[in-house]
Amino acid sequence: MNLHLRVWRQKNVDTPGGYKNYELKDVSEDSSFLEMLDILNEQLVEQGEEPVAFDHDCREGICGMCSLVINGMAHGPETATTVCQLHMRSYKDGDSITIEPWRAKPFPVVKDLIVDRSAFDHIIQAGGFITARTGSPQDANEILIPKPTADKAMDAAACIGCGACVAACPNGSAMLFTSAKSSQLNLLPQGKGEKDKRVMAMVSAMDEQGFGNCTNYGECQAVCPKEITLDFIAKMNRDYATARVRNFFSKAI
Amino acid sequence: MNLDAKIPEGPLADKWKYHKGHNLKLVNPANRRKYHVIVVGSGLAGGAAAASLAEMGYQVSCFCYQDSPRRAHSIAAQGGINAAKNYQNDGDSIYRLFYDTIKGGDYRSREANVYRLAEVSGNIIDQMVAQGVPFAREYGGLLANRSFGGAQVSRTFYARGQTGQQLLLGAYQQLSRQIGLGQVKMYNRHEMLDLVLVDGHAKGIITRNLVNGKIERWASDTVVLCTGGYGNVFFLSTNAQGCNVTAAYRAFKRGAGFANPCYTQIHPTCIPVHGDQQSKLTLMSESLRNDGRIWAPKTRELADKVRKGEIKPGDIAEDDRDYYLERKYPSFGNLAPRDISSRAAKEACDDGRGVASTGLGVFLDFRDAINRLGEDVIRERYGNLFDMYNRITGDNPYQTPMMIFPAVHYTMGGLWVDYNLESNIPGLFVGGEANFSDHGANRLGASALMQGLADGYFVLPYTVGDYLARCGISSAGSISSDHEAFEEAENGVRERIAKLMSIQGTESPRSFHKRLGHIMWDYCGMARDDAGLKKAIELIPQLREEFWQNVRVIGEEGELNQELERAGRVADFLEYGELMCRDALMRDESCGGHFRSEHQTPDGEAERNDDEFAFVGVWEHQGDDKEPKLHKEELTYEEVKFTTRSYK
Ligand SMILES: Cc1cc2nc3c(=O)[nH]c(=O)nc-3n(C[C@H](O)[C@H](O)[C@H](O)COP(=O)(O)OP(=O)(O)OC[C@H]3O[C@@H](n4cnc5c(N)ncnc54)[C@H](O)[C@@H]3O)c2cc1C
Ligand code: FES
Repeated sequence: MNLHLRVWRQKNVDTPGGYKNYELKDVSEDSSFLEMLDILNEQLVEQGEEPVAFDHDCREGICGMCSLVINGMAHGPETATTVCQLHMRSYKDGDSITIEPWRAKPFPVVKDLIVDRSAFDHIIQAGGFITARTGSPQDANEILIPKPTADKAMDAAACIGCGACVAACPNGSAMLFTSAKSSQLNLLPQGKGEKDKRVMAMVSAMDEQGFGNCTNYGECQAVCPKEITLDFIAKMNRDYATARVRNFFSKAI
Repeated sequence: MNLDAKIPEGPLADKWKYHKGHNLKLVNPANRRKYHVIVVGSGLAGGAAAASLAEMGYQVSCFCYQDSPRRAHSIAAQGGINAAKNYQNDGDSIYRLFYDTIKGGDYRSREANVYRLAEVSGNIIDQMVAQGVPFAREYGGLLANRSFGGAQVSRTFYARGQTGQQLLLGAYQQLSRQIGLGQVKMYNRHEMLDLVLVDGHAKGIITRNLVNGKIERWASDTVVLCTGGYGNVFFLSTNAQGCNVTAAYRAFKRGAGFANPCYTQIHPTCIPVHGDQQSKLTLMSESLRNDGRIWAPKTRELADKVRKGEIKPGDIAEDDRDYYLERKYPSFGNLAPRDISSRAAKEACDDGRGVASTGLGVFLDFRDAINRLGEDVIRERYGNLFDMYNRITGDNPYQTPMMIFPAVHYTMGGLWVDYNLESNIPGLFVGGEANFSDHGANRLGASALMQGLADGYFVLPYTVGDYLARCGISSAGSISSDHEAFEEAENGVRERIAKLMSIQGTESPRSFHKRLGHIMWDYCGMARDDAGLKKAIELIPQLREEFWQNVRVIGEEGELNQELERAGRVADFLEYGELMCRDALMRDESCGGHFRSEHQTPDGEAERNDDEFAFVGVWEHQGDDKEPKLHKEELTYEEVKFTTRSYK
């Protein structure tokens, strides 16, 4: 198929960017979207133009590195699909496709379609873990975790940290990302000890990083390639409220 | 080259305990912060090692080329992780896991290392559960298990089809905690381009900052490489796009021995190649073989009709299907080890009975399992894998069998290490897929995650400490990056980049990579022979020469430049591929994943030659235009006896 591409080009964080148009021929419908960009880049190299920089690594929907907004949709038109798993059979000959980076204040553009998502790492560093010293913990089967709890924790844990939720949110909120991790750990018996501390630390790190507030648009859930649901945001809000109250009273004593 | 494996004295089952308790020296907690440890890689091995060493009190710097440590390629592992817990009461034990791994590796791994791996496997599960890894559970709340190839017990722990992701996120969270505490300095988007030796010891690295192109020096007291596998030398593989041999190869050029480079794992169940625009191959987890049955049409005529789309797989009568693994290996059936299953698929396709438009595919069929268990059970077990297959191929595996074909997946070869995971360069430790240590000539499924975590959590923290203790506290922090060795290494890196940028030829790095991949797959892939390997050893230097004459790297050096990144990695692959072929040529026997067509039994099984080849082949770099030199570490077995591997 032949395609008209409109791609965001930006030299670096300090230089303003803009769109450039490219014509691309003979793309196989079995190719993935990123393979289509590979073909574009080979063509650009041939013409002596600088290829389009974009983030990608595993190309199987799990590392969370790929991050493109396609015709206004984070990760493109298919539900529950990362860009790297999007295939050109979703498009037809003659289509126009606009490709741009995640746009959110805490994710500055590094170059072309690449953004800096270290703000996510800072949220995890603040509290997205269970303190478990390397050594000899108790036997794994001594902690019984009912299947429904384990399954629910796994639903949350499936987050790949791609940032589509932030890119899609009109407020640039990171609530879906943050709540997925805090809920996974807060649901599990192993995570109970640090439950309050965790949620408060993660929420305040999220605010410090400049992410916006959640006003229940629900766009995050709609674009999430791993189908993380808004329930986890509700859970985090509950955990946070409880933690605040408990914290208040423990200080009062 | 000194290849003393430093295997501790004593009975196999007591070696590690004894070694830890008696031989390994300790660093006093107050002194630990004076030492600086560099860990390159943030996968299971690197992430776990960096977090544990930091928790012990060392100052750690950790590097990765992705934008976050959470994206290391360990994340992509699907199926599971082995551990000898015997939770299923099916007779599993440390010994059995050890034995299965030695046998699975076709008697080409080091006994003591493998035993230790099996010994710490249970502890890994305890550790990961404590960190909050949501492994699959049974209704009563106990941990669930599944079976993997090459074993007759259920010892594989899993988290849906995302086990690697969950384990890596566990390690990443521990690493993040240490970063938050300031114990680890994390350098994302930094690529290691050289190792620095001071007085023969590994004392630092040179990196390129992938965002701004800055070349930087990092001095340390020791260097731990956990940089993953080099399957991408084949261009198409199940590895992530950035997986490379650069870090390991640079260490090789600095004198580290490269062990068994030819041992490559070709995984039997991947989605077949669709065309020449393809950039990677996607694995369909081995766990699918618990319930899926592998088959090819019995006759060429039928296969031809399927290829042309004249009939559908479902139209083929039961009697016209060849469930070749069940036929050839009745006791392991569809769970035969990877090397054997891959070769059997190749055999069927070579015989003209392959499916997929290219003729390079066989079926993985869930019809019987769905009839037996119902679609819901299958969805619960493999839903995400089925969805992934559907997205990539457009076919629905609940209704029609999957088509699969072998693809390059894992590299058993790697930098040579002793029992302490220290290479022959003092102070250079190597963990995870980057070392050669535990899998011999073939790795069993679900054992790489186990090994990465064993190395990172349970071996390196002790052995790295031992090295530092042996160097003594007066040496801590004594090396400065002003040392002339850093100057020399940095200049080398700069010159090479300048050279790559200056050629300005006509062909892209990707195109060279692809061409190398074809050579490697054709001559050093699933089956190898003398003539083909010699041909490859001729072709690769020619391609390399062409690369250095005609590669075109667009863009600038001092900014984010993915073409330059690729060019550097391809340049190393172009040297490394030749080393692999030399090793494959030298190893004039078949063993595990290394299949020399000249050495097979009448029914096509790999034929080992224990009299001449029961050794680790370790290569030493001799200079750029010189042939590398072969050294041998003899493999001696105290506990197991060489037997012909049989899964029949
Ligand atoms: C698709 C797939 C599925 C798999 N499924 C399973 C499974 O079910 N069970 C199982 O046991 N095994 C499985 N494996 C194998 C297993 O995942 C890997 O062998 C293992 O995770 C490797 O871990 P590692 O820590 O050694 O390396 P990796 O996780 O690959 O990490 C390498 C690290 O090194 C860094 N790095 C590399 N080069 C450089 C450089 N030059 N400079 C700086 N940093 C660098 C990277 O950034 C990364 O952080 C699978 C592998 C694949 C590809
Ligand atoms: S490239 Fe890894 S999720 Fe898309």
